[in-house]
Amino acid sequence: MAKSKLLNVNGKRVPVRYDDPQMPLLYALRNDLGLHGPRFGCGLGQCGACTVHIDGKAVRSCQTQIATVEPKQKIVTLEGLASGEKLHPLQQAFIDEQAAQCGYCINGMVMQAADLLAKNKKPTDADIKNALANNLCRCGTHVRIVRAVKRAAAA
Amino acid sequence: MNIQISRRDALLGSGALVVSFSLAGALDQGLAQTAPKPVTLTAVDSFLAIDKSGTVTIYSGKVDLGTGVYTALQQIAADELDVPMSRIEMIQGDTLLTPDQGKTWASITIQVGGMQLRQAAAAARTALIDDAAKRLGVPTAQLTVTDGVISGGGKKVTYTELIGGKSFSIKLDPKQPVKEKDPKDYKLVGNPVARLDIPAKLTGKFTYMQDFRIPGMLHGRVVRPPAIGAKLESVDEGSIKDVPGIVKVVRDGDFLGVIAANEWAAIRGARELKATWSTAETLPDQAKLWDYVRATKVVKDEVTSNVGNTAEAMGKDGAKTLQATYDFAIHTHGSIGPSCAVAEFKNGKLTSWSASQATHALRGQLAQMFALPPENVRCIYVDGAGCYGRNGHEDAAADAALLAKAVGKPVRVQWSRADEHGWDPKGPPTLIDLRAAMDAAGNVTAWESEFFIPQAGPGGLDVPLTAATLAGLPQQPVPFPGNIFQDSAIPYKFANVKTVCHRLETTPFRPSWIRTPGRMQNTYANESFVDELAAAAGMDPLDFRLKYLDPSDKRGIELLQRLAQLANWQKRPSPQSEVSGNVAKGRGMSYVKYELVRTYIGVVAEVDVDRLSGEIRVPKFYVVHDCGQIINPDGLKNQIEGCVVQTVSRTLIEELKFNRSQVTSLDWESYPILKFPQVPEIIIDLIDRPTEKPWGAGEPAASVIPSAISNAVFDATSVRLRSIPFTPAKVKAAMQGS
Repeated sequence: MAKSKLLNVNGKRVPVRYDDPQMPLLYALRNDLGLHGPRFGCGLGQCGACTVHIDGKAVRSCQTQIATVEPKQKIVTLEGLASGEKLHPLQQAFIDEQAAQCGYCINGMVMQAADLLAKNKKPTDADIKNALANNLCRCGTHVRIVRAVKRAAAA
Repeated sequence: MNIQISRRDALLGSGALVVSFSLAGALDQGLAQTAPKPVTLTAVDSFLAIDKSGTVTIYSGKVDLGTGVYTALQQIAADELDVPMSRIEMIQGDTLLTPDQGKTWASITIQVGGMQLRQAAAAARTALIDDAAKRLGVPTAQLTVTDGVISGGGKKVTYTELIGGKSFSIKLDPKQPVKEKDPKDYKLVGNPVARLDIPAKLTGKFTYMQDFRIPGMLHGRVVRPPAIGAKLESVDEGSIKDVPGIVKVVRDGDFLGVIAANEWAAIRGARELKATWSTAETLPDQAKLWDYVRATKVVKDEVTSNVGNTAEAMGKDGAKTLQATYDFAIHTHGSIGPSCAVAEFKNGKLTSWSASQATHALRGQLAQMFALPPENVRCIYVDGAGCYGRNGHEDAAADAALLAKAVGKPVRVQWSRADEHGWDPKGPPTLIDLRAAMDAAGNVTAWESEFFIPQAGPGGLDVPLTAATLAGLPQQPVPFPGNIFQDSAIPYKFANVKTVCHRLETTPFRPSWIRTPGRMQNTYANESFVDELAAAAGMDPLDFRLKYLDPSDKRGIELLQRLAQLANWQKRPSPQSEVSGNVAKGRGMSYVKYELVRTYIGVVAEVDVDRLSGEIRVPKFYVVHDCGQIINPDGLKNQIEGCVVQTVSRTLIEELKFNRSQVTSLDWESYPILKFPQVPEIIIDLIDRPTEKPWGAGEPAASVIPSAISNAVFDATSVRLRSIPFTPAKVKAAMQGS
């Protein structure tokens, strides 16, 4: 039997339906809610492309079962990171540094880095690299991504 | 696409009946409109249209695979036409609308595709100025163009007034090129224009292929055999009857797929479907891969260069001979987004949306597979994750088409990570033997090399579609592995040279091109062996290269001199003499003139080798790059950085693992790639030559990375690494053996 529940996504209460309580949150976000920020990369929690924030913490939405997400938990995706028209400093910094090639991994980079900056306002290069060590980029945009995170930290 | 076609008289040319287009967003009409917009390479209208609102639409058969050419091509066209970039729209890789400019491969999008576009723009601009001269009664010499407004003699007329909504009807003849603008007048070309796609990629507004949806679409997944070549014996459809949302199980020969109403149901269905397959052990023992390659039947020898008589020089009294064998592992493309496609069959016509780098070629393959006339197949490019060559996108397109045909509704196929790692075509294993002779004074008198690489069979330039293979549908018989003979010949002027490619009948996996195909493997062996010769001659590696480069090749020599300056190169032979502590430091150089006819690159790698663990770290790479006229220097740097990082990963870490039946590297733990903490600092010197032709830049820089690392490790440790990847175990074994 299909179940439904309300989620709090990007500040809005939204209904999602699912047949399988084990369905990852990623599929509700992408298919029910039509969001493009969180991306399917591996479904194994290995690449980070699906990263979203739950209550301010970066989590892998491909490893988060829909049944475990509480209606009161605040889910933020890349689409919800900006404050109104004003981009999040990381989004702006990635644009300023032209820190993308294909850009498929970039959602994860931004969401993971936002988690880092919330905890560490002035990260060193090593801090940034360690924080992003489990986010994979195949295009080789790493040097720009590190520069962008530093730029955002300084903003 | 909802294509509204109107017919108007031509403004320019002979007034022939022509066609112009406007594009709306709806996707439901598919191939309903068949009146052809010109797509030949010899008509301006194939490449460009200016509508009544003044919007300039570029039609590009070359597509942006994440490399930034979406922006760079618009820079080229806007500059040549004298219109602001904000007025340009671009359609990429749509077989109904864009000219067939060949696959987006080999780093020729700017070099070839961009120059075709520039010619079209130049022809359009010339014709518009000629027309304005007539209309305004002002000689062309007195007319200037700014932002699409032609003015002179106190009068002006806009492009829109002259051509808006009408056709150019101008022929292009590559043998009689139109005069282009003087490069000094370019305002956009040569500048770091910000990429147009990046803001949407940072806000979740960008639509990747994986995001693409059409109304009424179902979700499909493929169930690949557990062994390559296994036969499907039976399927128990009842095994997934309790999964809600399953629509259909599709079986066609050994092709098996599940279609469902939603994506998660399709995933569950594919995972839980019970099927029995025959056993198959078609793959060689990985531990004996290089014996297997060496024993594979050679179907053809291709001599790629032959100067003098190497055999005679090798046999000369007093000649010192050196020989070495290099090998390069099987690699997978490793796109971060697994392949995805949507297909729809309607009224006997197929529309396919995919991230294919070659929609025109894919159209031919799908037409062959389904026995359709090519005009009944339309392939449309939608940006995907970076593919770095021919990965699984085309296969996903074939999967989606097969499922859509079976169910009679549009189907989206999303591959799993294991589908991608397990079933995308692979960069083939490459084995290279090298020999050289030196006289008593240390001069190289002969160079011989043999490259053991898969054959390029007759009949096409494509990689067979897995769905067609499994379903037994018609397709090109022998896979094309890419132009992997390139860079087997060398830029050095040794007295006697012979380089031969032995074309092998088979290779363990369906081969295809991965960034810098062949050129990377071949340059790795050549430039490492050059370093071996320099060391044997007791010469500095830079001096050695300069000694043997063609003295008339001024650009190559200048590049190496700038590299020495950039990297603060201290002249001395390798290996270094000072060694202390557990971490050995070294530097290594490599150089290429890509395919011997275009982009020049020189690099210096700095490495740290941990003698205890065998781990290699590459803290720094210096790159000097000359690809002629630079279109976008920041985009170029982004590509070079990507070449360095991706190839450090391939050199140090990557190796596809397999058993006798199938790939066993099915995720990122069993096929790891470089992570942030291991990424080098990259210092780049771009040589811009605005008055020269622009050459490719997407892949050439990758060709020199493995050899620079190998040479730096030798400099640090006196140990020569000749087997990629350079794993800690291999480094330790080599150090113990030395």
